[in-house]
Amino acid sequence: MKSFGKYILMLTIVLTRPKKWSLFLKRLADEISIIGINSIPIVVLMSAFMGGVIALQTASNMSNPLLPKYTIGYITQSSTILEFSPTIISLILAGKVGSNIASEIGTMRVTEQIDALEIMGVNSLNFLVLPKIAAAVIFFPILIIISMFLSMTGGWMALILSDLSTTDTYVLGIRYSFMPYHIVYALTKTVIFGFIIVSVSSFYGYYVKGGSLEVGKSSTQAVVISSIFILIANFLLTQLMLL
Amino acid sequence: MLEIKQINKSFASQQVLFDISARFEKGQVNLIIGQSGQGKSVLAKCLVGLHEVDSGEILYNGEDFTKMNRNQRSEIRRDIGMLFQGAALFDSLTVEENIIFPLSMFTNMTKAEMLKRADFCLEHVNLVGRNKLFPSECSGGMQKRIGIARAIAMNPKFLFCDEPNSGLDPESAILIDTLIKQLTYELDMTTIVITHDMNSVMEIGDNIMFIYKGQKWWEGSRQSIVTTDNEEISNFVYASNFMKEIRTSIEEKRR
Repeated sequence: MKSFGKYILMLTIVLTRPKKWSLFLKRLADEISIIGINSIPIVVLMSAFMGGVIALQTASNMSNPLLPKYTIGYITQSSTILEFSPTIISLILAGKVGSNIASEIGTMRVTEQIDALEIMGVNSLNFLVLPKIAAAVIFFPILIIISMFLSMTGGWMALILSDLSTTDTYVLGIRYSFMPYHIVYALTKTVIFGFIIVSVSSFYGYYVKGGSLEVGKSSTQAVVISSIFILIANFLLTQLMLL
Repeated sequence: MLEIKQINKSFASQQVLFDISARFEKGQVNLIIGQSGQGKSVLAKCLVGLHEVDSGEILYNGEDFTKMNRNQRSEIRRDIGMLFQGAALFDSLTVEENIIFPLSMFTNMTKAEMLKRADFCLEHVNLVGRNKLFPSECSGGMQKRIGIARAIAMNPKFLFCDEPNSGLDPESAILIDTLIKQLTYELDMTTIVITHDMNSVMEIGDNIMFIYKGQKWWEGSRQSIVTTDNEEISNFVYASNFMKEIRTSIEEKRR
């Protein structure tokens, strides 16, 4: 509870107006490159293969002849949009981006770089963390849209290559009962997960005490705790937005 | 001028600073010395607000730093430069970018003006032309000098140096000491140096405060520190056999 209170206090310092917008925008561009653009390869790889696997597993379980063939496309679409892209990709990003942020800020802490910022009169939390949060909140939805598209494309390729469905049937399934609100739900989840990943990881990095060993530990903790927070938030958001 | 009054500081149940009061005069190199673990670094961190004091006053030109909010402290900190033990340079920035960082944050100077200022600071620390190097490409002594250049970039009124020559060879250490002394007089700053290096004490100390067991044990000049009868200071000053021999010869001369 004490840590949670400290986390909330940290957020009140982080979420303030930047001292200089020009510097903030420069740092935001850097962070979009580090947090967002550098994550594209892993998102592409995971999404294409997972989409393929979802489609193949659905096809392999379609033994009932009463179920129409387009069900494969429909299940691939709904599981991708509702859960795989926003939640699973966010959990993967928690590992990649979260550990990176915790170790970067943690190293700055143990090498007194954060103290140096504070002594210059810089609000170090706002300066270091706000651009990262903004970058995640802006770019993670883009990553998730890429993931949705590639996952469904991966499913289509897997089905065509395995001769389990036709393009027309798969596309019919993808379009069947499509609800634009599900995209809103998925992107809302993504924005919140992005916020959790960056803020929790920054918290563990910023308040690390000790040396390199502790930086490593805090990095692991950041990934574990942000993953738990994502799962809890996923449950709550599903209750709130879908039921 | 910086004045502290009855500073107390504890960590959990352990008190590390006891009722410390002192005045650090402008245009002087003020040294805080003592053995490791006696509380001198904690005191320095309290002075710049990296640790909160339990009680007492820290007066920067008469204004109590301990009673200020975050924004007011930010204003005061623009008049403070600090050289850290490990230099604490930003790894991802070049030497030049490290120096202009506080300028870009707090001034409306143009890029050309900032670069001119960076050149001026680098010239003062004898590192002309090293603008584009990254900290990882610089030696320990160079990193300390870049740290000093960054510390003076904003033309500070107060300069804090935490163990400025730790980890340096004797020649580089003397160079850093001389630089600190020279800049203090030239820029008329209030300089506070935390050290346990006796060479620094004898080289640059105008006003010396000895901390022992978290208390201000002694205060005086570099001339008086070698002649004091205080046992704890004598043990600190004459810790090595070489220095003990010097003490013996001083005592013999006295007789």
